[in-house]
Amino acid sequence: MALIEIQNLHHTYHAGTPEAVVALDGISLTIERGEFVAIVGGNGSGKSTLAKHLNALLLPTEGEVRVDGLDTREPASTWEVRQRVGMVFQNPDNQLVATVVEEDVAFGPENLGLPSREIVERVEESLRVVGMLDYRRHQPHLLSGGQKQRVAIAGILAMRPQCLVLDEATTMLDPLGQREVMETIHTLNREGVTVIHITHAMEEAAQCPRMIVLSSGRVAMDGLPVDVFSRADDLHRLRLVLPPIPALASQLRRDGLPVPERILDADDLASAIASLATERVGHGRVGNGAD
Amino acid sequence: MELTRYVTIGQYLPRESPIHRLDPRTKIAAVTMWTVAIFVVRDFSGYALLALVLGGVVVAAQISPGYLLRGLRPIVFLLLFTVVLNIFFSGLQGGTVLFRLGPLLATREAVLRALFIGCRLVGLVVVTSLLTFTTSPMELTDGIERSLRPFRRLGVPAHELAMMMTIALRFIPTLLEETEKIIKAQMARGAQFDQGNVLRRARALVPVLVPLFVSAFRRADELALAMLARCYRGGEHRTRMRELSFAPRDGIALAVATVASVVFALPYEVWGRLLH
Repeated sequence: MALIEIQNLHHTYHAGTPEAVVALDGISLTIERGEFVAIVGGNGSGKSTLAKHLNALLLPTEGEVRVDGLDTREPASTWEVRQRVGMVFQNPDNQLVATVVEEDVAFGPENLGLPSREIVERVEESLRVVGMLDYRRHQPHLLSGGQKQRVAIAGILAMRPQCLVLDEATTMLDPLGQREVMETIHTLNREGVTVIHITHAMEEAAQCPRMIVLSSGRVAMDGLPVDVFSRADDLHRLRLVLPPIPALASQLRRDGLPVPERILDADDLASAIASLATERVGHGRVGNGAD
Repeated sequence: MELTRYVTIGQYLPRESPIHRLDPRTKIAAVTMWTVAIFVVRDFSGYALLALVLGGVVVAAQISPGYLLRGLRPIVFLLLFTVVLNIFFSGLQGGTVLFRLGPLLATREAVLRALFIGCRLVGLVVVTSLLTFTTSPMELTDGIERSLRPFRRLGVPAHELAMMMTIALRFIPTLLEETEKIIKAQMARGAQFDQGNVLRRARALVPVLVPLFVSAFRRADELALAMLARCYRGGEHRTRMRELSFAPRDGIALAVATVASVVFALPYEVWGRLLH
C-alpha cells in the first residue's frame, strides 16, 4: 500500500457561494514510502491547497485522499493522519508556539499525550537530528531563519511522522538558511522519512528524484527533474523558469551548439562542452546569438 | 532590538539558584500572599521588614539589585504622580502644616501617607518582578494552569488562559520587532514620530498600528493552522514534558513565605504587645 493515495481530488473554496474558487481540479497521485518529491507550480496553481489536504487541514470537496490507508474525511482518523504527516510552513515565526526551543519541540508530543520521559527523549533526539541540540534552551526569536525552520522541523519529527510536507518552507530564508533546510531534509529522507517539498525554487526541485508540476489545480507534469526540464517550452508556457544550468544548456542548444539533453548540473554541462570542444563541433557557430 | 531594552518587566533571568528551582506554584502562592500583605500593612515597620526579606530573596536568586531597580524605571512617572497627588489631595483634615504651594497645603500626615503609598507601589512591582525574573514564562503559565485547575468545574478555562499567556509572551518580541520595522519604513517615507504635540504624535502612530494589527491577525491564522497540524486539540489528553511536582524545599519556602507575610501584616503595636 502506498503512503499517500490521492484520487480525483477536487477542492473548491467557498463552495456553493458566488465567490467559489476552484483550487484543485481533479488530481490523482500516488506517493510511495520513502520518496522525495518536489511539487512546483506558479502562484495559484494549487500547491498549498494540495499540501493542506495531505494532513486533513483541508478536506476534499470531491474525490479522496488516503494516508497510510486512512481516509482523511473520516473525523475519527484526523489526529492519526496529522501524526503521520507533519507539516512545516513558510513563515518560521508563525509556527513556533513556545518561548524556549525545547519546549516548542515538545509541543507536538505533548499533544499526543505521551509520558513525560518519552517526550524528553524525543525532543533530544529530534533536536540532534536537525543539529540544534546546542540551542535547546535558547529563545526562538533570537535564532536565524534557517535555525528557526530547523527547530520547526524538529517539532514535527518529535511526533515521529512517516511523511514530512514542507509548504514553501525555504521561501522566506536567505541562501544559507535554504541550504541548511535542504541538507536537513535530505538527511531525513535517507533515514526513511518520505519528504514532499513544495517550492518555487526550481534549483531545489532539481535536487529531488521526482518532480510534480501543478498548473491550475491539475498535475501538468510528473517525473524525473531531467525529463521535466527537457520540456522547456511547456515550462515556459506555465510561467516557470528553468534552473540556471538547464536554462544555459537549453540556450546553447537554441544557439546551435549540439549540447545533449538531460543536463542538470554544472559538471555535466562542463564535460559536455569539453567533449564538444575536442570534437571541434560548433566551432565558429557559437557566440553570435544575435537572434 | 531597541524596544526590548526598555522593557524589563516580565523578563526571565536564567540562573541556577534555589529560588529558580522552586515549583512555580510555590512562587505564585508566595507572591499572592505578599501582595495581600502589602495592602494590609499599616505602618512603615512592615515595609522595612518586607524590604529585608525581599533583599534576602534577591541575594538568594542571584539577581543584581541594579537590574531590579532598573525595572522600576517605567513606573517612575506613575510613582511621582501618585505621591504628589496624595500629598496635596489626601483628604486628611488638620495636622501639622509643612509647606504651602499656592492654595495647596501639605501636611506632615499627608506627606507620610503619600510616601507610604509610594512604598506600596514599589513593593508590588518588586514582588511581581521577582516572580518573573526567577520563573520561565513556560513554568509560570504551567503554574497558573495547575493552580487554576480546581476552578475548572466553575467554568474557569484554565488551559486556554495559560495557552493564551504563552502565545502572548512568545509573540511580544516578534511584534516589537515588527513595530520597529514599520516605524522605520514610515520614517523612510517622511513620517515624523517625535515632533508636535501629544495629539499629533498619537495620530502619527495610526499608520503604524493599522499594519501591525493586520499582520497580527495574519500571524494568528497561520499559528492556529500550525498548531492544528501538530495535533493540538485543547487541554484534553495533553501531557507535559516537565510535570510540576512539589519538593520538600517547596514546603519550607511556602512556610517561610507564610510566616513572613503574617509578620509584615501585623501592625507594630501588636508586635509590641506580643513581645511584652
